[in-house]
Amino acid sequence: MIGGLFIYNHKGEVLISRVYRDDIGRNAVDAFRVNVIHARQQVRSPVTNIARTSFFHVKRSNIWLAAVTKQNVNAAMVFEFLYKMCDVMTAYFGKISEENIKNNFVLIYELLDEILDFGYPQNSETGALKTFITQQGIKSQHHTKEEQSQITSQVTGQIGWRREGIKYRRNELFLDVLESVNLLMSPQGQVLSAHVSGRVVMKSYLSGMPECKFGMNDKIVIDKQGKGGTTDDSGKSELGGSGKQSIAIDDCTFHQCVRLSKFDSERSISFIPPDGEYELMRYRTTKDIILPFRVIPLVREVGRTKLEVKVVIKSNFKPSLLAQKIEVRIPTPLNTSGVQVICMKGKAKYKASENAIVWKIKRMAGMKESQISAEIELLPTNDKKKWARPPISMNFEVPFAPSGLKVRYLKVFEPKLNYSDHDVIKWVRYIGRSGIYETRC
Amino acid sequence: MEWASQLCENRGLGSKMTDSKYFTTTKKGEIFELKAELNSDKKEKKKEAVKKVIASMTVGKDVSALFPDVVNCMQTDNLELKKLVYLYLMNYAKSQPDMAIMAVNTFVKDCEDPNPLIRALAVRTMGCIRVDKITEYLCEPLRKCLKDEDPYVRKTAAVCVAKLHDINAQLVEDQGFLDTLKDLISDSNPMVVANAVAALSEIAESHPNSNLLDLNPQTINKLLTALNECTEWGQIFILDCLANYMPRDDRESQSICERVTPRLSHANSAVVLSAVKVLMKFMEMLPKDLDYYGTLLKKLAPPLVTLLSAEPELQYVALRNINLIVQKRPEILKHEMKVFFVKYNDPIYVKLEKLDIMIRLASQANIAQVLAELKEYATEVDVDFVRKAVRAIGRCAIKVEQSAERCVSTLLDLIQTKVNYVVQEAIVVIKDIFRKYPNKYESVIATLCENLDSLDEPEARAAMIWIVGEYAERIDNADELLESFLEGFHDESTQVQLQLLTAIVKLFLKKPTETQELVQQVLSLATQDSDNPDLRDRGYIYWRLLSTDPVAAKEVVLAEKPLISEETDLIEPTLLEELICHIGTLASVYHKPPSAFVEGSRGVQHKRIPARAGSGESAESSDVGQSGPSEAPPAVIPSQGDLLGDLLNLDLAPPTATVPSVQPSMQMGAMDLLGGGLDSLLGGDIGGSPSMGAGLGVAPAAMPTALGIAPAVGGGLGDLFDLGGGVGMPTGSYVAPKTVWLPAMKAKGLEISGTFARRGGIIQMDLTLTNKAMSVMTDFAIQFNRNSFGLAPAGPLQVLTPLSPNQTIDVSLPLSTSGPVMKMEPLNNLQVAVKNNIDVFYFSCQYPLSLIFVEDGKMERQVFLATWKDIPNDNEAQFQIKDIHLNSDAASNKLQGSNIFTIAKRTVEGQDMLYQSVKLTNGIWVLAEMRIQTGNPNYTLSIKCRAPEVCQFVFLCYELVLKN
Repeated sequence: MIGGLFIYNHKGEVLISRVYRDDIGRNAVDAFRVNVIHARQQVRSPVTNIARTSFFHVKRSNIWLAAVTKQNVNAAMVFEFLYKMCDVMTAYFGKISEENIKNNFVLIYELLDEILDFGYPQNSETGALKTFITQQGIKSQHHTKEEQSQITSQVTGQIGWRREGIKYRRNELFLDVLESVNLLMSPQGQVLSAHVSGRVVMKSYLSGMPECKFGMNDKIVIDKQGKGGTTDDSGKSELGGSGKQSIAIDDCTFHQCVRLSKFDSERSISFIPPDGEYELMRYRTTKDIILPFRVIPLVREVGRTKLEVKVVIKSNFKPSLLAQKIEVRIPTPLNTSGVQVICMKGKAKYKASENAIVWKIKRMAGMKESQISAEIELLPTNDKKKWARPPISMNFEVPFAPSGLKVRYLKVFEPKLNYSDHDVIKWVRYIGRSGIYETRC
Repeated sequence: MEWASQLCENRGLGSKMTDSKYFTTTKKGEIFELKAELNSDKKEKKKEAVKKVIASMTVGKDVSALFPDVVNCMQTDNLELKKLVYLYLMNYAKSQPDMAIMAVNTFVKDCEDPNPLIRALAVRTMGCIRVDKITEYLCEPLRKCLKDEDPYVRKTAAVCVAKLHDINAQLVEDQGFLDTLKDLISDSNPMVVANAVAALSEIAESHPNSNLLDLNPQTINKLLTALNECTEWGQIFILDCLANYMPRDDRESQSICERVTPRLSHANSAVVLSAVKVLMKFMEMLPKDLDYYGTLLKKLAPPLVTLLSAEPELQYVALRNINLIVQKRPEILKHEMKVFFVKYNDPIYVKLEKLDIMIRLASQANIAQVLAELKEYATEVDVDFVRKAVRAIGRCAIKVEQSAERCVSTLLDLIQTKVNYVVQEAIVVIKDIFRKYPNKYESVIATLCENLDSLDEPEARAAMIWIVGEYAERIDNADELLESFLEGFHDESTQVQLQLLTAIVKLFLKKPTETQELVQQVLSLATQDSDNPDLRDRGYIYWRLLSTDPVAAKEVVLAEKPLISEETDLIEPTLLEELICHIGTLASVYHKPPSAFVEGSRGVQHKRIPARAGSGESAESSDVGQSGPSEAPPAVIPSQGDLLGDLLNLDLAPPTATVPSVQPSMQMGAMDLLGGGLDSLLGGDIGGSPSMGAGLGVAPAAMPTALGIAPAVGGGLGDLFDLGGGVGMPTGSYVAPKTVWLPAMKAKGLEISGTFARRGGIIQMDLTLTNKAMSVMTDFAIQFNRNSFGLAPAGPLQVLTPLSPNQTIDVSLPLSTSGPVMKMEPLNNLQVAVKNNIDVFYFSCQYPLSLIFVEDGKMERQVFLATWKDIPNDNEAQFQIKDIHLNSDAASNKLQGSNIFTIAKRTVEGQDMLYQSVKLTNGIWVLAEMRIQTGNPNYTLSIKCRAPEVCQFVFLCYELVLKN
């Protein structure tokens, strides 16, 4: 298991060092600094073996977190733990920075003592931790005996993510469907790969221990219902937009509150939600993706010292919808000496430090087209190596889900308290963003 | 570590009350002040003081002097203060064992506290205090806590058993904690179950043969129930434990699989990978015609693909595992090629791994797409990545015959770019393409020859020379080309020299009339002017061949070459099986068995996949290793990179990255012959030559001729096979305790003590350096004098930080056996020079001969018999080993740990005769016969070796190993 955990600043000075196992000595701290942080070359692997000791590291801004072990540990678990550690720290004191870590070192030690025992990760849900980690406000020594046992039963219990006795005057929940659409397209407009990775993020402010059920237009569920004869046609008018009724989900993963065995057998998503904000599910689709934009590049080399670039972007969604924060990034060669740009819409600028022309458009409606053309002057070089021609990348935000996912229902049952599904105020929002959206040129 | 003081300057009188203020104590009288504050009556002041102490501890200041004062603060009902004191205790108790006892009372009291959080905290902390005296007091509280009414206390106590076991295993067994721990598997609380499973698994790992984790259907059922209810981490512990279970039949296997599959949708990637491990393993037992088997296969692909949208570090772990899964069951991901396309912004480690998997998945169906991508990658920036992409194009050509032509033309395009490293890489792979498809693409040779001058890497030069030699009859000016290389012959690397020698001999055999002068020149360069035994030996063989029987020479040198396999770097099947059982763990990331990087006994037991059940076992067994369309398992020499890894910093000469495989039978034959008949003489050569498939490996018949002329050199070259074989073997060799080699008196305050160890085929010199002088020591370096077995440091002495007065540092220096050789008196004497900023010091030490016993020292029985007879009786030496109370099996196990292998055992009239073999790094074989009379503690040992001077030292090793 994890033998020790170190946190360094960008210079390689140790900010936190907690050793769990006897086989990790103080020299391990130095070994990582010398061989990884101070290493001259780029990091070639997130796992490093130095003198039979393995180091796992992740970087957050300029802070290094490193877990150390001498055993054959579960590597995926160590990384998951490091990410979780970052989440917990962020939840407690915001951004992970050198200053914040120094200001909260006692808290961090206390957390490390609690969430890692002898190198085994223990309960790491922030909600539960906050009930008994003594630093920062909450003083557990004033707990009554009942409260104490309530804490321990929550930390070890089956519903470790929610405590009992939560009360709200207004029962409300917010559902965000956040998708990032990824594309790699050849210069000829052929889709080399495209996928949507989506997340359903929920903010719930519900009283008691509510039982929730979430439904979406998952193809498998809709098909099953269709066969059963109880088709829910009311959804049809709502869907509109893309015109397709159900989507094929390649794969999905759930927050630990979701009953996985139930999903596996009935494909229904039922759970008791944590209080506040959390990520209910993640999913991935590859079929019938609506690609909100199409990029058509044209690059022509005029002699050895000039390039002509023309890029057309076309929006491909309902005209009534508006895309926002559109940014097209056209890479330029390293030996660029000057650029002239003309664009029909938005603003375009050549940024020498980034080796790219950045074209920004605030808003753009569906089924529109816009164009930019640029002349790039090049310095003559005798560099034999050709320019690698990085792809043209794009950023945008659209108010629909490019996968076609629709929320069909989210039902809330709380048998003990007297509020019903109808009393809960529900908000649903769809946001599609660009992930890695690239067209080769 | 200066940040604390810097910080106080920067922040000045910050208005915010934050922890960083604790770093701002004045240096003068600091300890004294703290002492006063710690003894203050006010709670708040005490707490502040303890925080300051912890801050000093973090930055590495020694605050152990405050031990009694801090411990005094322990008796408080303030949980926050208590936690801080405990943190301090965990750090310093070990250095102050006597004072740590002071804390025991409070611990014991805290374990009875009404607050479960305090009970748990006490038992958790006590387990972290590694002081023998404390552990005695720990037992009673722990026993109570294991049966505590509160699950939080129980789950903490469960882990505490593992802690205690790590400190004192015997105590845990004597106190019966293991049984209590086993009972906790049936606990009502899932988290307690999970921690109990984790603790038991860890303890079981250090007792490989104990039946500790007695998994039976009932416990498995309990675990599966807990699996649905516990935290993500608990799920991982349970799944990892489940993976060690062997289901009784396919039905049980299926039902476990059914209950594990829902985990594939968990948001935590580690849960997913551990579930994949269980499924991959148990699937092996399911009959393939079962519907469920197909369903399961289909279910595995999506979660694996999803892992690729995780953070890059996890993607890397996932890709390393997918690489294994694709080798084991290519069908799972065969349609998912696209997801492995490289993204422009991927970190380089993700890019390289994706590329590897792309090649594995390449097939006729998707080759066009793959090639287009690879061509794109070949224009990227990162040199390693570009090289790998070019190499990948070559591998596609070899793997998918239909694409070979397109690949070759793509490679030619790339050569036209004239980018130096692209050209070199392309030439290396074209050589392989020529070997795979002889007489097909030779038209491109002219283009290749144009680039001859730009080649500066040995591998590319060697490849080009091979091509010229191989096609000498079609290249008009082949003699000129080769002659031009000959000018700087001595400056070339060994690889190029060997290749040049072979190429010119080939040329001579093809065009004898014009090239006689050239061949004589190269033979004399190789045999007379070179001090490289590999080169010399090969030169002599050719010379002898050519002068005695040119027709035979032609048959040998120009023999048809065995085909090279499609997959050049498949992991060897048994290793692959083992790695599949380690999915998700470090072993699967390194692609090495745990024994290669874990010290001690932990994790050394080899895991294996269960055999397929059902009636058709024998018929199906051949399917188990199915990894390609061919029926016979592909003959593969795993690339060195995979087995040994760059991580261990092994310097393996010569680098042959794409080792074309040779038919297994032939290879074995050649090795046996060399091992048995030729002893040391050719040991080195075999290591150096297989890449080009030149005459040697193919023609065992030619060997005996060589024996007569080759000079009797003791080998000495770091033998490839020795190192390669070592990694997979258990490492149990005995390591002597450190002794003082260089007393401080003689070395101006530097004291060196050390010992030698052989771990997993790697020789290490473990040193402890102590600075007993008053000033700081820096700039350490080490050198050896020539010695009998060519031991030399394989890297610099890694003393990273200056050694301050009274500081001690432990260093492990890896050694190679490729250094200069000179016979020493005694044979195992090693003269060492150590330098630091003060002076150079000399000392000598003696290493146990077992240090250079190699892992592949097990001789074939027949060879053993023949060799035994062959060695003259004068070379036999007899020894008595006294007072050994082991039976013959135990003795042979023990010896095997030190690479003394028992080949056969015979029992005659109550007397066990063990026949054993040992191979030294320089290729010398030592044969032994050990006679053990039941009831007689004295063994008789007869040792036979061609070099009788080693016998005495081998005997000493026997004695050392058996007595320890």
